Amino acid sequence: MRGITKRFGDLVANDDIHLTVEPGEIHALLGENGAGKSTLMNVLYGLLQPDEGEILVDDKPVKIKGPSDAIRIGIGMVHQHFMLVPVFTVAENVMLGAEPNKAGFLDHATADRLVREVSQKYGLPLEPDAIIEDLPIGIQQRVEIVKALTRDVDLLILDEPTAVLTPQETDELLSVMRGLKESGKSIVFITHKLREVKAVADQITVVRRGKIVGTAAPTAPESELAEMMVGRSVILEVPKQAAQPGAPVLAVRGLVVADDRLHRAVDGVDLEVRAGEVLGIAGVQGNGQTELVESIMGLRPSLAGTVTFLGRDITDWSTREVLRSGVGYIPEDRSVDGLVKEFSVAENLVLDLYRSEPFGGRFALNPKAIDESAKGRVEEFDIRVQSEQQPVGALSGGNQQKVIVAREMSRPLKLFIAAQPTRGVDVGSIEFIHRRIIAERDVGSAVLVVSSELDEVVALADRIAVMYRGRILAIVPPGTPREKLGLLMAGITSEGAS
Amino acid sequence: MTSPDNEPEAMASSPDKSLSQPESGRPYYMQEIKPGKHRAGKTFWQTLREEFYADNSFTVTLAAIVLALFLGGVLMIIGDANVRAQWGYFFYQPLTTLEASWDLVSQAYTDMFKGSIVDPEVLRYWYWNLPMPSGNIPTWQTALRPLSETLTNAAPLVFTGLAVAIPFRAGLFNIGGQGQAIMGAIGGGTVGLALSLPAALHIPLAILAGALLGGFWGYVVGLLKAKTGAHEVIVTIMLNYIALYFLIWYIRQSFADEPTRSDLISKPAKETALFPKIFDDSLRVNLGIVLAILAAAGVAWMLKRGTFGFELRAVGYNPNAASTAGIKVGATLALTMALAGALAGLGGTTMVLGTAQNLTGEVVGQIGFNGILVALLGRVKPWGVVGAALLFGALQAGGAAMQTFSGISNELVTVIQAMIVIFVAAPLLVKAIFRLRRSPVAAAQAALAKG
Amino acid sequence: MTSAVITPELALPASFWTRERKTGAVLVALGLVASVWFTLASPSSPATFYLGTSTQSGANFEIDGKIGCLVFGLIALAAGAILLATGKHYGLLVSISLAAFVLSALIWQVSTVHGSVPLGSLSTITMEASLPLIFGALAGVMCERSGVVNVAIEGQLLTGAFFAALFGTIAGSYWAALGAAAIGGALISLILAWLAIRFLVDQVVIGIVLNTFALGLTGFFYEQVMRTDTEAYNNPGGLPHWTIPGLSKIPIVGPAIFSGTLLTYVALALVVVLTIALFRTRWGLRTRAVGEHPAAADTVGIKVLGLRYVNVLVAGLIAGFGGAYFSMVTATSFTKNITGGLGFIALAAMIFGRWNPVGAFLAAVFFGFAKALSSLLQALQSPIPSEFLAMLPYIATIFAVAGLVGRVRAPAADGKPYVKG
Repeated sequence: MRGITKRFGDLVANDDIHLTVEPGEIHALLGENGAGKSTLMNVLYGLLQPDEGEILVDDKPVKIKGPSDAIRIGIGMVHQHFMLVPVFTVAENVMLGAEPNKAGFLDHATADRLVREVSQKYGLPLEPDAIIEDLPIGIQQRVEIVKALTRDVDLLILDEPTAVLTPQETDELLSVMRGLKESGKSIVFITHKLREVKAVADQITVVRRGKIVGTAAPTAPESELAEMMVGRSVILEVPKQAAQPGAPVLAVRGLVVADDRLHRAVDGVDLEVRAGEVLGIAGVQGNGQTELVESIMGLRPSLAGTVTFLGRDITDWSTREVLRSGVGYIPEDRSVDGLVKEFSVAENLVLDLYRSEPFGGRFALNPKAIDESAKGRVEEFDIRVQSEQQPVGALSGGNQQKVIVAREMSRPLKLFIAAQPTRGVDVGSIEFIHRRIIAERDVGSAVLVVSSELDEVVALADRIAVMYRGRILAIVPPGTPREKLGLLMAGITSEGAS
Repeated sequence: MTSPDNEPEAMASSPDKSLSQPESGRPYYMQEIKPGKHRAGKTFWQTLREEFYADNSFTVTLAAIVLALFLGGVLMIIGDANVRAQWGYFFYQPLTTLEASWDLVSQAYTDMFKGSIVDPEVLRYWYWNLPMPSGNIPTWQTALRPLSETLTNAAPLVFTGLAVAIPFRAGLFNIGGQGQAIMGAIGGGTVGLALSLPAALHIPLAILAGALLGGFWGYVVGLLKAKTGAHEVIVTIMLNYIALYFLIWYIRQSFADEPTRSDLISKPAKETALFPKIFDDSLRVNLGIVLAILAAAGVAWMLKRGTFGFELRAVGYNPNAASTAGIKVGATLALTMALAGALAGLGGTTMVLGTAQNLTGEVVGQIGFNGILVALLGRVKPWGVVGAALLFGALQAGGAAMQTFSGISNELVTVIQAMIVIFVAAPLLVKAIFRLRRSPVAAAQAALAKG
Repeated sequence: MTSAVITPELALPASFWTRERKTGAVLVALGLVASVWFTLASPSSPATFYLGTSTQSGANFEIDGKIGCLVFGLIALAAGAILLATGKHYGLLVSISLAAFVLSALIWQVSTVHGSVPLGSLSTITMEASLPLIFGALAGVMCERSGVVNVAIEGQLLTGAFFAALFGTIAGSYWAALGAAAIGGALISLILAWLAIRFLVDQVVIGIVLNTFALGLTGFFYEQVMRTDTEAYNNPGGLPHWTIPGLSKIPIVGPAIFSGTLLTYVALALVVVLTIALFRTRWGLRTRAVGEHPAAADTVGIKVLGLRYVNVLVAGLIAGFGGAYFSMVTATSFTKNITGGLGFIALAAMIFGRWNPVGAFLAAVFFGFAKALSSLLQALQSPIPSEFLAMLPYIATIFAVAGLVGRVRAPAADGKPYVKG
């Protein structure tokens, strides 16, 4: 790829990018969220058209107008969000777009055979007749890879393939990648996880803010790669005193919660958060953290167990009752659960308080009080806005997150629950939000932090609970070595494999 | 809207994927394009002129109306045997052909204007107190009749338009205005014909009954949506027909059926239940339009300042965030639909007690379906609905006059109404046709939105 | 470490009261109603059922009112009870139970008036009433399987009926009428597709508005053109009935299926063809993929928008063709709003039939049967108000979408415009 530039309006997602992938190499594209890696690969796969620049395959320029062009010249892509039809079978998904036909009808037998052949050849066992939506994420990813391989690709793009995988599944994927490399395929591996890059990559290209900031060999030290990625040395350290835990504020006993597919996502969790301490929950995403928090907040019914808050059983309380009793909550996905993007900053700041004095009563709102309070909070929380009447959707991710933090911290709290509090947030805002969380602890609130970023949990928590497949495997102090935490997140306790 | 799976990764400054969505991806009715404001460096009139030629909602609406009226004219020409035949000689007599076409269309639209706003001739005779060619000296009632007809037609449309607009703001598409209006007509009509009360009690009670029954018909939809996730579009379509068959059955029942008539018609509502006329008994405009304006004002206040309006809008924009903030989404949806049903019910009541008097199979006409068009044309805003209802009311009043005087079927009005809404719903199409420029104010807002 | 597929255990142990069992309980209740109430209410006089279309001659059988009600009531009860006990064979048992219940009710009503029922004509009326619903519902399936909501079925049928009458009269040929009808439906489809796909207009909105548009347009030209000279513009004549010798003599269903117009045969053929096309061909697989997950289809090189255009247009052809039914089968001319909302019942049939051609067909026949039954009961002067029977399809559909009976699931991307990005 030569001189690729892609703009979205005023946004330059890719700025004059040159990238060369050699045959039979695993080329890692390393960069933070939003650095422009996926955009670049979508250009390569024909889903986006570059504004400038050209793509060469075997030194000959090619025009990739759509995915079918990409497939024809031997490029396959496994998207971050799988491109599988959930109600189709494995075989149907694999053959889609290149269906074998017999006398005008679909030839299922050939398709099944193809799936079996390819999956055996590359060691990716699959059942052709299984329905996609019944399969676990790791297997679905396997289907995606097989789908690409049946199209005889020479270059396989894997977009953040490990984000949704458990550590074992990740290890497996990495070994599959090595196998593919040995059979002569090239792989572009998009990720922001340094350890994986070091484990498999032959060549590393680092992208930051739409530009290539450098290349490195896999032998380069992690700290150097990290510095290239974020532009300065990362210090995820939050200045704080030792905690002075008081009485238990939140107690969860034997909680069982189902996820949307009615599987036991939370499977008998016991935990306790005391006043003046931060309990951090570490774990790979999708191990029940979301459901645990939503159940505490009254957003998701529990099947068994109790949630006690300041001695009262709040298991069956509605969300409004929980919020009113002194619980603050940052949901993990701010654009889905946290904010109404079309609403103004001021309106979002009272999203859960609009019925309380002085902001509103039974029937009417008090716009004056809402606006005045908004002004104060915008200042206090350093939210960068042009006006409080601006739609919240127009703010940057960091400022949006600060709106939520400001909203949830502006009333007296006893318990503060923060799920993924700094996801997709700029470094400045991360620092600010971390400080506020610690400040909340220091005034005596109990704080529960859930994060899939281990660094964040280590930086904030006074105790770390590791969650794995719906259970709390262990609760350890923050000084615990990372290796041990990593093993716990993979479900391995010191007594042996689970 | 793009499926979120496939969106380009946005930049670090705004990693939120939602922000990279194109402005046009949002449905037009959710786009808040503020009217032009005075901005530094330009006079107010300059800004106004720019906005007028720009693609803001007002200009698009205006362009849509012009376009629909133009196409309506084309249909008139095709539909008129003589003029159609004349077009066969277009190359021999181009001027005659164009003249004939122009005469037909202009005469029809003139009649429409006379029938819906005012007839200048009548106004002149009335002012000078002269006898008309027919021999009568026009009274002020004659001069006001067109406007009275327009307002009379508009009143129920305001109600049913609001009944579509409010749920729209909560993210629900209420196709059920027709059924809710029918139930309202049954409620209001029954109280009107079955009870004997003084007017001061009778009218409020009839209104209440209409609102309650219509509200119930709406509430069912909201409840099913909240409890089972049943799609409101399907449920409301089905309930429209259930209500219609119920009405047909209901009229035949002995307490309602008019014994002297063999066709499907109920006894008339008592005089005490009929909506009083505003000006004069010879002009049909009645209490209905007053109630309609009050309802629109109430809804406007509720959406802007009301606690429930806040909940409703929050649920409409983002039900997940609303429930995370403690708003009960299901209850909000059910209540929204009940409110919408009550308003549509009032529309039905206005039809039966304002103009019709009897319940018949067609007592509510098409007000439910037209309410959908009105709401869309009014961009699901309360005062927009009032404006759109007035326009539709005028078109219908004018269409009747056109049919009488020009002999052109007033079905044309239905076509024009539909075309206006099609064009308004497809603003990109209108912009392409008229080559409208991007509004400077809207552009500034869009730039802002990209942050 | 092995790569065993880990399926997390289901959170809820399967409850005894599954949906199937609940339905079974309802059916048991219906069976009880039939075997107790109907039996007690009906007289011991016979109800006569003729197998053919006439009540004067031909094979017939008589059933004593009380016995018939009891027998079929017990069958309904038994089928319900089996479903309640086992929770299996859902579709079969529900059909048996409901059919037996309906028969029990029919015998009750017929024996009360000492009437006789020509089953042959009952099935003929059913088939005829189902025809527009079949075409409409199949048009809906075509459209929505590729992810475009088709609320404009009503408008497509209406335009088809109008075009059939107008161009059929002008050309003086029913082949021309049928062709014009299909094109008429496709024109409405074209606007729908163009606005929905190209201009991203909300599909339900545009569908609803298009119905009004079609109603106004056909009504306008009906009054302006057709009414002024009926002979020249609105006299298409009826479609000929083609009777297949032998087959049309099959008792009960013969006259319904093998003595119809071209529309009957086309409708039945379309059900088969569409089913095969949708589930056994490349086009079908791609259509379903586009309707479920357009981005996935796009990434394997399928032209999402092109496929949607094609499907919506073909849907319009189907519905428009079926529209000829109104002006050339039940009548021999066009009138204003001749479809009278049947397009919406077709929509209901599509949903009730779970977006599946065969399902849509069965639902259409069921709705047609409800209509035939209501006119039969009216003819028998039954005390059951025909309006309530006419409501049946609509009520059934509400039950279906609310998940109270069976679960319906629309294609995942239905109604969502696709924008590359």
